[in-house]
Amino acid sequence: MSLTGLFLCTFLVVHLIGNLQLFYNDGGYSFNKYAVFMTSFPLIKIISYGNYFFILFHAFWGLYLEFQNRKARPVAYVVTKNSSSFSSRNMAVLGTILLVYIVVHMGDFWYKYHNETLPFVQYTENLLTGEVVTTEMPETYSQETKMVETYNQAESTKTVIVKDLYKVVSVSFQNILLVIFYVLAMFSVSFHLVHGFQSAFQSLGINHPKYNPLFKFLSVWLFAILIPIGYAAMPIYFYFFK
Amino acid sequence: MEGNMNITLKVWRQKNKNVKGSLETHEVSGISEDMSFLEMFDVLNERLIDENKEPIAFDHDCREGICGMCSMYINGRPHGPLEGVTTCQLHMRSFKDGDTIVVEPWRAAAFPVVKDLVVDRSSFDRIIASGGFISVNTGNAQDGNSLPIPKEDADKAFAAAACIGCGACVSACKNASAMLFVSAKVSQLALLPQGQPEREDRAKKMVAQMDIEGFGSCTNTGACAAECPKEISLENIARLNREFLSASLTTAEA
Repeated sequence: MSLTGLFLCTFLVVHLIGNLQLFYNDGGYSFNKYAVFMTSFPLIKIISYGNYFFILFHAFWGLYLEFQNRKARPVAYVVTKNSSSFSSRNMAVLGTILLVYIVVHMGDFWYKYHNETLPFVQYTENLLTGEVVTTEMPETYSQETKMVETYNQAESTKTVIVKDLYKVVSVSFQNILLVIFYVLAMFSVSFHLVHGFQSAFQSLGINHPKYNPLFKFLSVWLFAILIPIGYAAMPIYFYFFK
Repeated sequence: MEGNMNITLKVWRQKNKNVKGSLETHEVSGISEDMSFLEMFDVLNERLIDENKEPIAFDHDCREGICGMCSMYINGRPHGPLEGVTTCQLHMRSFKDGDTIVVEPWRAAAFPVVKDLVVDRSSFDRIIASGGFISVNTGNAQDGNSLPIPKEDADKAFAAAACIGCGACVSACKNASAMLFVSAKVSQLALLPQGQPEREDRAKKMVAQMDIEGFGSCTNTGACAAECPKEISLENIARLNREFLSASLTTAEA
């Protein structure tokens, strides 16, 4: 649980940094190129399949352990005053919410990107000034690959025609229910990780007065506050400002 | 020792491990605030015996906080509301006149109820028997100075050895995990030179026995250390994880 958990924590950091490109005001130019890179570069593909496996392993092994742990106390207490944190007691519930969220999230974007006919968009970048002109391609337009790049030496421009995942994101987050669901799921991330991140080190035997404050700091400020806010900002941004 | 406190006691009554138990209410009057929690039970039991009723069975022995026999789950907390205190060292002055107090036994599959508040903690004994010892050949004790031990290690080993094996950690844990107990017993020996020959075997065997007994696994909630009457630290659980990991990775047999 600890090793897969820490891997997934690392994934969250990388995934957030990549997706922050959604906030670039370039009509999705950098985000769409990034989406192509993430789904074609072989090393990334290997890591992403590893990632899917780790998510499933972490989720189902965790649920199995929770089931075993409940069997360890067949008769419940009539009265209990908990001296542990809410997060630490509800990791399985929070994790299950996250598993449901991941399925919905992958259905929203991953599945559509891989299996559905997406609109294409054309970007013309002036290589001297860096100026980008965005043109949506007609609905009937289609091409073999996710991205086609052409250079025009004379005008020093680069033309990129690419699957428009940015548009899919933008349209999806016009649905208020989806936005609320995403934001609530980020609360789950927050509570799951405020315990999970530091707990992973304890499980690996790393408990040292020198480093414990660092783990605690990262748990709270990075994984329970900064990262969930970063992710939640995306649906909110698209709903209100796009 | 008469007093003027009146307490409503809701106590778990259960004939044996095979039948279902339930809470039974007793009004206990004339309690002195200087009585220990167990003495309050003594008073109640005397009255029950006078009334030809079955007294409440509960575990107790030294009544000075060092044997680990007393084991009451009081108002939702093992050993009651105070920190670093066993039930026998809890006094009625920690409660108010007219309070309702709910008393339950430790609840864990590995601690079956023998009767009322008495649970069978022999699963702990079997864990100790599986590896919580050192094997020393007989002969003269060697000079103490020939075994230098850093003060810090000696202190940590001593703090771990303070565990009285009462089982409060198991009772407080949402998973009924025995990790704090096992980690204290592994740590007190792993930190000292005498514990080294059997160090790896010990970690593996004690963890294996803990699983066989049906204790849950550790999810690092920290409830055990918060409720431990001997204030055993969570550092010991990290040490047990280290011991177990390195023993599993380096020893030949599975």
